[in-house]
Amino acid sequence: MKKKTFAIFVGPSVFMMVLFIAAPLLSVLWQSFHVTQPVYEQVEVETCTPGLLGSVCTTELKTRPLLSENGKILTETTFVGLQSYRNVIEPEKLRTAIASGSWRDLMNIRFWAALRFTLAFTILTLPLVLGTGLLIALAVNNTLQRIKGPVIFVSLLPFIITPVIGALSIRWLFLGDGILTAGLEWWLDRDIAMFAQAWTIELMLYIYRVWHVAPFAFVVFYAGLQTVNNDAVEAAIIDGASRWQRLRYVIIPHLMPLVIFLTLIHLMDAYRVFEEIVGFSASAHVISLQWLTYEFLLQDGTGARAISRASASAILTMIGIAVLLGVPLRRVWREQMGS
Amino acid sequence: MSRSALRQPMGLKALSNGFLAFWCIVAAFPIVWIAVMSFKTPVDAFDSNPFRVVFGPHTRANIGGLSIIDILLGLALAWILVRQAILWLPGKVADCAPDGRTGIPWLIGGGVYALAALALLVVVLPAALAVLNPLLGPLGTDILGLTTRHYEAVWIDRGFTRNFANSMIVTTGVVMVSLTVGTLAGYGLARSDSVIAFWLLVVALVFRALPHSVLVSGYLPYFISSAEWLAPILGDAAPTLYGKPWAIIAVLVAINQPFTIWMLRSFFQNIPAELDEAARVDGCSHFGAFRRVIVPVMWPGVITTGLFSFLLAYNDFLVTSLLLDAQNMTMVPAIANMFNRETTASDEVQAIAAAVSITAPLFVLVLVFQRQIVSGLTAGAVKG
Repeated sequence: MKKKTFAIFVGPSVFMMVLFIAAPLLSVLWQSFHVTQPVYEQVEVETCTPGLLGSVCTTELKTRPLLSENGKILTETTFVGLQSYRNVIEPEKLRTAIASGSWRDLMNIRFWAALRFTLAFTILTLPLVLGTGLLIALAVNNTLQRIKGPVIFVSLLPFIITPVIGALSIRWLFLGDGILTAGLEWWLDRDIAMFAQAWTIELMLYIYRVWHVAPFAFVVFYAGLQTVNNDAVEAAIIDGASRWQRLRYVIIPHLMPLVIFLTLIHLMDAYRVFEEIVGFSASAHVISLQWLTYEFLLQDGTGARAISRASASAILTMIGIAVLLGVPLRRVWREQMGS
Repeated sequence: MSRSALRQPMGLKALSNGFLAFWCIVAAFPIVWIAVMSFKTPVDAFDSNPFRVVFGPHTRANIGGLSIIDILLGLALAWILVRQAILWLPGKVADCAPDGRTGIPWLIGGGVYALAALALLVVVLPAALAVLNPLLGPLGTDILGLTTRHYEAVWIDRGFTRNFANSMIVTTGVVMVSLTVGTLAGYGLARSDSVIAFWLLVVALVFRALPHSVLVSGYLPYFISSAEWLAPILGDAAPTLYGKPWAIIAVLVAINQPFTIWMLRSFFQNIPAELDEAARVDGCSHFGAFRRVIVPVMWPGVITTGLFSFLLAYNDFLVTSLLLDAQNMTMVPAIANMFNRETTASDEVQAIAAAVSITAPLFVLVLVFQRQIVSGLTAGAVKG
């Protein structure tokens, strides 16, 4: 294909990606070093109150935002260096927390709490998702041909459901005296409130994520199981391999490329954890990095948005995902180059 | 190889099937349960006794419900309708459609059938049952409490129809534009082995990893102030991009592009290159070959990719909640506002009804396109 035809075919797509992905990235980087604020002026205001002997006058200095000729608030943009980053990671508090060795102080800084949760979430759910997916795939592979279709249909439901709604539907099962709370209370014989403290909410977030993405791992593993080489399995049987050994030494090595694929996708997606926090209304107890940026972008009481801090937090989020993906990607790259 | 070596002990079989049954319950339970809750009064919906939630005694006593004959006739009619849709409808559509075309005749046929089915279930059946129930004694008395008042409240009083329309505008726009742009790029990338094509795909993969909040922080200030910085170019007609559905469409299409081009590229690679080379030998240009030879055979891949574009746009919360104003809100952020404001138990059940309404189209989607969704999920993985 000639260069010119190729350019025409991919042109619109590249244009969209440059305009709406690459350009915003640059602008986020720029915004994170600049702050846009209304310009204030100081004016002396004399206020007089009528008193017994003439009026009593006081003058005071007031600040008010400067208006342009068409009545809009004037703003100015100034370069602030790393100030916004400092506002996000709060180095002074960080230092005192580390100096006093207090984990609780550290977790009171929102950025570090968000980072802690996001990383724990991404890494802890990974083996659970892979394991659950593989178990379902093996079980479906092992069952009657006739019920495979319906089982796959039911399995796809948690994956296809809108994430916010999925989280909400699980929350409603536990809310107040919801039936699952009632069931747990009956079983454990104690009072339970799933949404009152941080650790139960965090547990719910993990469980929700496994429920939501295990079907994806299942479908991918199930497709992989269909391509297992039967000769290798038969050879293993002749060599006297037990069921477990066949799984461990023939089937799982065959699925290894899929494990790497799923790991990469999971790292990307779990690191973005956000919708669950909306659905579970978890933000008072547990937040993630995406939630932190989202919170800065929302309007505060005065209608202002902390764009600069949001940008700083966004850049830090991006550095995080680059580090997280860098490790497995380098391994894949080396293997590709080696083979 | 004897079959006996592969035969499994009963215990393992039972364990495997038991686990599968457990998983199916876990997977479906939350969704089925909120569907049940949405038809009850708040007292029943949040009862701690599951039987009271299912049978809804409070709902039955205060509002009404279904009798045995209602349930039997309803299920029978639904079964007949589904059976007809599978067995009779395809043949009928194929008869009426001119020269074996698919697509539009299917849309029309399916739409008419769905409307007729809805009319039968919602208008004709209740009218017939209103006459039958009093005549049948114990079979005609209500046993299952059921109310649709929460759905009415959400769709009629709370203006959820407007949110639904906004969702439809955004999802249709995203699917159309992202498939048009993505198909061209996917084809170009599949038929090119240049270095640029390789690096484009690598960059797209990097973009795939970006958290969406990063991008939204980039858009937001420009979207709010767009009337000012667009004024030198567009004059007084410069629009404020913030809150405009078509601006959201552009944003979601771009966010979706990396995934779309990867997926379509892998589908186009499965179409043998000899096919378009043959057309080119016969005198077609690259575009002619694409239009005459590739377009007719590309639909399975395009439909699969379209499904995932639809899901992205339909399920999105982050982008739509930050970049749309209250008037143009889509369904998912609208429901999030609904439960945050919730004050009474009745509001809570309305939020549940709204959640079920959002989930229902997805349910139908999986029902119809299960095979395409599975093939889409595995397309990227199995090829590596």
